[in-house]
Amino acid sequence: MTLRLFISRDAAAIAVGAEEVTAAIRAAAARQNVAVEIVRTGSRGLYWLEPMVEASTPGGRVAYGPVAPRDAEDLLGALIGGGFHALRLGPTEEIPWLKRQTRLTFARCGLVDPRSLDDYRAHAGAKGLERALALGPAAIVEEVAQSGLRGRGGAGFPTGVKWRTAAQIEAPQKYIVCNADEGDSGTFADRMIMEGDPFVLIEGMVIASIAVGATKGYVYIRSEYPHAAAAMEAAIAAARRSGLLGSRIAGSSFAFDMEVRVGAGAYVCGEETSLLDSLEGKRGQVRVKPPLPAHKGLFGRPTVINNVLSFASVPIILDRGGAFYRDFGMGSSRGTMPIQLAGNIKHGGLFETAFGITLGELVEDIGSGTRSGRPVRAVQVGGPLGAYFPRTLFDTPFDYEAFAARDGLIGHGGVVVFDDTVDMAKQARFAMEFCAFESCGKCTPCRVGSTRGMEVIDRIVRGENRAANTALLEDLCNTMKFGSLCALGGFTPYPVMSALNYFPEDFGAPSRLQAAE
Amino acid sequence: MQQAHSNRVHAPWDKDIAIACIRAHRDREGPLLPILHALQEEFGYIDEAAELLIAEALNISRAEVHGVVTFYHDFRRRPAGRHVLKLCRAEACQAAGGDVLASHAEARLGVAMGNTSADGGVSLEPVYCLGLCATAPSAMLDGRPVGRLDQERLDALLTEARQ
Repeated sequence: MTLRLFISRDAAAIAVGAEEVTAAIRAAAARQNVAVEIVRTGSRGLYWLEPMVEASTPGGRVAYGPVAPRDAEDLLGALIGGGFHALRLGPTEEIPWLKRQTRLTFARCGLVDPRSLDDYRAHAGAKGLERALALGPAAIVEEVAQSGLRGRGGAGFPTGVKWRTAAQIEAPQKYIVCNADEGDSGTFADRMIMEGDPFVLIEGMVIASIAVGATKGYVYIRSEYPHAAAAMEAAIAAARRSGLLGSRIAGSSFAFDMEVRVGAGAYVCGEETSLLDSLEGKRGQVRVKPPLPAHKGLFGRPTVINNVLSFASVPIILDRGGAFYRDFGMGSSRGTMPIQLAGNIKHGGLFETAFGITLGELVEDIGSGTRSGRPVRAVQVGGPLGAYFPRTLFDTPFDYEAFAARDGLIGHGGVVVFDDTVDMAKQARFAMEFCAFESCGKCTPCRVGSTRGMEVIDRIVRGENRAANTALLEDLCNTMKFGSLCALGGFTPYPVMSALNYFPEDFGAPSRLQAAE
Repeated sequence: MQQAHSNRVHAPWDKDIAIACIRAHRDREGPLLPILHALQEEFGYIDEAAELLIAEALNISRAEVHGVVTFYHDFRRRPAGRHVLKLCRAEACQAAGGDVLASHAEARLGVAMGNTSADGGVSLEPVYCLGLCATAPSAMLDGRPVGRLDQERLDALLTEARQ
């Protein structure tokens, strides 16, 4: 009997030894004369348990982790004997952290072999496309609009509206562009999908192409993600071989092909118009809107540009219907959000759930607090342009509007936890420094304001004219917020002002506690 | 596959090879970034002489090419060290103790972040997020991702890089 094992080939699993564990198990199997088949999957997203090894059993997959190479020998013995092992986590699907999630976008991630289109199809893949082809372009757009799906990249613009706009314009050439320039610290959901279930992204882009009448697509992947780019290249090649891409999509009259383009280390290219300029071979500078990309996008043609998670959510919306997806969530944040728990956190990883869960539940209940064991002091939500929230705001529900109402943003769903050793003035300064480093230079508030911002924060921390310089920093942040062309300069004030407002004592001001005494 | 910093040994600058790289991509839509990646993959950096060749091939000005080369953090204008160690300096890794590790790497290599050790062995570079934020702090040595970095694991990487 062949023992069937599953080990992730996700970059973060590799980063903590998945290759070494795979090699050790193969070597142990050779020594013990055991036949093993090792399927390399994506990650389940329970990163504190990686490298995780799953074994196929009659009762489903059983997980073990975190496995080290030195565990290989006796783990294999336990697997053959069906006996106990100290690293046994039980049936994978029953692990509470996974069981309490609602995995719609990530349904297959960690389950399937990302290189196998057959495996994808065996796990309900390509069903959305099947229904899309039966519905036709106009009905696809309405289904997506009805689902309430909003852009998962961070801006939260309704995807259906974007598609409808591009569909309504007549043009000899239209494009589908996937923004896979996932640069926000604390986020890795796009990377996980591309490495763990690349066909769902391809299927989403194919459906978009049918909806708006585009024949060519690009996935713009940041260069920091070589494993994701390789996985997408392999998946695209497989999709072409099987007719999922090409001149007759799945035997229909629709044509669509796509390719991978790799970025070159510019954070600002995650902004959609910079990304389009970069694809065109230019400096990745922000464009003034209007015109919108849906009117004049790549090479001046109507273009649908969406984030990886937006496209990856489309197949299930088409398969199960817009109303099914819309039934999850709260307010005008519909469906599920793949939330990423990161930084100084005990149980970090990918947690997909319906909108509405509170920040406190995410950090303390699901994340189990800090990995350092010290108290949580601040949580940055939404990447380097997101606000730092103190514990007093832990009742904020994960929802676009609820975060905006508290001068924050959910962005791409990254949650970075800091313990009580964090210096919030340093974090505020870093936000300005990062903005200065990554500014495309087109608009003055971002280009110049970020550097002046660093200087003003330094003066405040040194205690020079604290009141006047604090007022100056607030004024500068207002200028950046309202005067910048894009979110880089426009949102950098969020981390800066939240740090200043909620943690004034770190800037040398008397703490609220001291002030109250 | 285009990869930013693979482990391969790079060829010395050669005009004919450069022209072949340019030709391989010039007919694609938006060919400039693919061409620059191909050149860097081949030579380890973008030689200044390549700018004129690209400008001629794409019928754009040399200034335009130069502007693109210098805009993107990835493109090198001179060769890197034999090994490239990137340390993530973004928030998730800061929260997990990345600052202390960055200082330690600087001290051991005797260079500030963004520089190459005196023997040309190791380029120490900051990177802003590798997407390994749940196993922070993170690093990448010659394209290989490393997570759950601590001083011991970092020392092992530095030793490996200096061999």
